[in-house]
Amino acid sequence: MPPTNPRVALFATCLVDMFRPSVGFATVKLLEEAGCEIHVPEAQTCCGQPAWNSGDRETARDIAKQVIVAFEGYDYTVLPSGSCGATIAKDYPAMFDEGDPWRIRAEALARKTFEITSFLTDVMGVETVAAEVPRLVTYHDSCSGLRSLGVKAQPRKLLASAGVSVREMEESEVCCGFGGTFCVKYPDISNSMVNDKVTNATATGAEMLLAGDLGCLMNMAGKASRDGKQIEVRHVVEVLAGMTDTPAIGEGQG
Amino acid sequence: MTVQSTTPQFKQNTKDALKNANLQTALRDTRNGFVGKRAAAREKMGVDEFEGLRDAARDLKNHTLANLDVYLEMYEEQVRASGGHVHWAKTAEDAQRIVLDICRKADAKTVNKGKTMISEECGINDFLAENGIKPVETDLGEYIIQLRGEHPSHIIAPAVHVTVPEVRDEFRKAHTHLDADRNLDGLDTLLKEARGVLREKYFEAEVGITGANMLIAETGQSIIVTNEGNGDLSQSLPRVHIVMASLEKIVPTLEDSATILRVLARSATGQDMSVYTTFSSGPRRATDPDGPEEYHVVLLDNGRTDMIGTEFQDMLRCIRCGACINHCPVYQTVGGHAYGWVYPGPMGSVLTPSLIGVEEGGQLPNASTFCGRCESVCPMRIPLPKMMRHWREREFEKNLTPSAMRYGLKAWAFVAKRPWLYRVKTRAAIMALGLLGRRKGRFAALPLASGWTGGRDMPAPEGDTFMAQWKAGKRP
Repeated sequence: MPPTNPRVALFATCLVDMFRPSVGFATVKLLEEAGCEIHVPEAQTCCGQPAWNSGDRETARDIAKQVIVAFEGYDYTVLPSGSCGATIAKDYPAMFDEGDPWRIRAEALARKTFEITSFLTDVMGVETVAAEVPRLVTYHDSCSGLRSLGVKAQPRKLLASAGVSVREMEESEVCCGFGGTFCVKYPDISNSMVNDKVTNATATGAEMLLAGDLGCLMNMAGKASRDGKQIEVRHVVEVLAGMTDTPAIGEGQG
Repeated sequence: MTVQSTTPQFKQNTKDALKNANLQTALRDTRNGFVGKRAAAREKMGVDEFEGLRDAARDLKNHTLANLDVYLEMYEEQVRASGGHVHWAKTAEDAQRIVLDICRKADAKTVNKGKTMISEECGINDFLAENGIKPVETDLGEYIIQLRGEHPSHIIAPAVHVTVPEVRDEFRKAHTHLDADRNLDGLDTLLKEARGVLREKYFEAEVGITGANMLIAETGQSIIVTNEGNGDLSQSLPRVHIVMASLEKIVPTLEDSATILRVLARSATGQDMSVYTTFSSGPRRATDPDGPEEYHVVLLDNGRTDMIGTEFQDMLRCIRCGACINHCPVYQTVGGHAYGWVYPGPMGSVLTPSLIGVEEGGQLPNASTFCGRCESVCPMRIPLPKMMRHWREREFEKNLTPSAMRYGLKAWAFVAKRPWLYRVKTRAAIMALGLLGRRKGRFAALPLASGWTGGRDMPAPEGDTFMAQWKAGKRP
């Protein structure tokens, strides 16, 4: 049985907070529709993944502790990101040694942390969303969500319930080349990878390119606009919440 | 280090690779071949059975590594009992010397070689040539790159970076004894010509060198798998057979080798089995119709035992199938030579710093998006991204991380650890950026972000931060 009125803490993630608040609001809308009580802990900044993946364990641990303290009091932590979600759900426990009390707290938080589409379907048992968006889209499976959290069928199922048609691209499971700091450390490789990705996405003839992680989306949207490719790039929750009236990622307000 | 690396110039190597039209053609042509074949082989076997085999293979190798000393001694004893010799090589230089000694004693002028990455790691070809002995590669891919004066760009497909027209040109240049106007269209024709040329060389060599996919402790056998049969001819026709293997290739029993064989070819090329799987059991016995008179095994350490007991021990489970390389989007973009040493792709990014030092090889574990595709296909379930991250930790501890990155990280961490300050700082920056970019929705150039904006636009922020809007009472 899905939980009734769970107290859900939203971790907006740093990129959504700064670049695309509308993804945060779309997430809130979906969670409310699913019957959740939303909380947005004030002490959230970043999940610490940049430090963890750069080999700075100490900073990563400090930030993890801050997140654990801010979020452990809720029934669930939900993020509009598979990447940040995987950092909390998979990496936090690995940051602390066995026997460290923080390890136990990290594991407890990890167990109740979910990426949004996975939370809606796997935890809340949502079968259909309220929005009706009869558009043709293609979907990029962001790496961490896909491989660390098993996010693959969930967004597609919810999209189908909103009347969205998904036309799969070639290599939808291949990395877009964002990779956090990778895209600025190795810009040439990253650029070639995102070129392949956008080429595959536009080859489907879809009107929209969706994904569940803002880093990948900004990378793909930035490449599409630079190369003059006409495809509307959006976070999947914007479509699921029926909030597609805002300009797409990288699109001007005129 | 016997084989010079260009790994410190990884960035320049990748720039060159991206501009190399032939390489890019070759990479595009092969990009999804191995990927599709592996997936089909997994489906054919049955996903549950295949995944179960991966678990079994991982457990088997973990057990072996936990008892490595026992199995190595058992193996040595068995090889001796069969009349063979085991030579322990602590370093690549030791291996070179041992191989040269054996070749000198055999009065070798020519050495035939089956494909062996351990020989590459030890720089055997150049070393033998410097000492007046001619190494002849008999694997087709290895033969092609030997003609070109190159090293393998892939551990199981050494010439995967070469296009067919380039092979044709190379053969015309090298095989001058053949009719200059002969027809070399079609892959079959090229294959036939290479086979014809190589056949004659099998009878010239006094020594044959092969690698080993596995060494079996229980029986003292070495195993090679090939698709061309060249390994068999290289090891059974010459008078002396040298097996070059690294010591983690050991498995306890003959039965265990079957577990590994069942995942090896499926993961590598999508075959159920390679075309030839050959077990070598020492020198020719009185009743054998053929085989070498002498059988030597050179067991290379070269830094591997130092990995035991560290966070890199799991890497020693690697069976060199190449699946991680085949599935790596970074490798698919730049090819194997850019990695700059012997082993490319994800396995190389973990192994190279272990073997040549993180100071020299540290670029490689950084050149990953941590997409995790490598780990998802590794038959031995090696957590490759995790180990690359461990290398980044070592670099961070040793202050090898570039200073701009370090300071950036520090400044960011200072703010990220203080939510009130973070709110103020991010809001100020984002509102300014939002104001500047609102009309167009993106930036074609931004100060300090040329890495990003060199090839793509930077989408502009919408305006205010989510946290500020939420606090101000905005709701969807």
